[in-house]
Amino acid sequence: MTFRKYLVLAGVAVSAAIGDSLLARGMKQIGSVSLQNLAHIILAILNPWVALGILFLLCFFASYMTALSWADLTYVLPATSLSYVLLALIAKFFLHEQVSVTRWAGIALISAGVGFVTRGPELTHVECNAEPRSVSEGEMVGAGKHSGLKR
Amino acid sequence: MIQAYTWSAIIVVVLASSAGDVLLSHAMKQIGDLGALWQRTNLFHVAGRILNTPQFLLGIACMTVAFYSLMFALSWADVSLVGPAAAALTFIANAVAAKIFLHEKVDKRRWIAALLVAAGVVLLAG
Repeated sequence: MTFRKYLVLAGVAVSAAIGDSLLARGMKQIGSVSLQNLAHIILAILNPWVALGILFLLCFFASYMTALSWADLTYVLPATSLSYVLLALIAKFFLHEQVSVTRWAGIALISAGVGFVTRGPELTHVECNAEPRSVSEGEMVGAGKHSGLKR
Repeated sequence: MIQAYTWSAIIVVVLASSAGDVLLSHAMKQIGDLGALWQRTNLFHVAGRILNTPQFLLGIACMTVAFYSLMFALSWADVSLVGPAAAALTFIANAVAAKIFLHEKVDKRRWIAALLVAAGVVLLAG
């Protein structure tokens, strides 16, 4: 794991948290959506909060795809779950919601989970196993343009 | 009634997003390290490679279903219930799916991490 890869993982967590809170804010403005008027939920995209939220979620998606290109799904998901902690902090400081003791306990558990999956040699070992395979596959495509056409 | 709607929507979110995650992860592993690919080629080549991978498009379709289902759930219930419930269940579903379909080595460390995060997410709702 290089510093740049950690930056990508941080980008996943931060943009997911910001995107989700913007979406939540926008949807609260729009109010309850019923199954009868489906156009309503499609028009939700026009709400500026929802639109901005979607923009952030696009950033999230780009960094998430980058992370998945060099790490296991079961590594990336827990490692980027700090976004839930960020979400709770945004709720406390920007939306002025109360953060209860149970919520702090939840934050502690998530942080422990993140620490668990991102540390230790077992992980690096798994990473090393996963990487040569994907790199060699990428190399194949870069070396011969025909291989891309054949597919 | 609204509660039954909410939970059905949450279940749809969990199933669709774990299917999507597995498909996307599989697609990206086929493509390989994006950073390395970008260094050899350019942004358009990278984007083209990704968009030409069928699993990626299928994964996006699953994610779209999950996204709209989440929007429905959010309009019926609080984000503090829907968010954590969907996320916690998705973490566990993903660990199982990654082991079965992606043959990832989900060792004790990763199980504990997934369970800790899922439990933490549930507590966040409290």
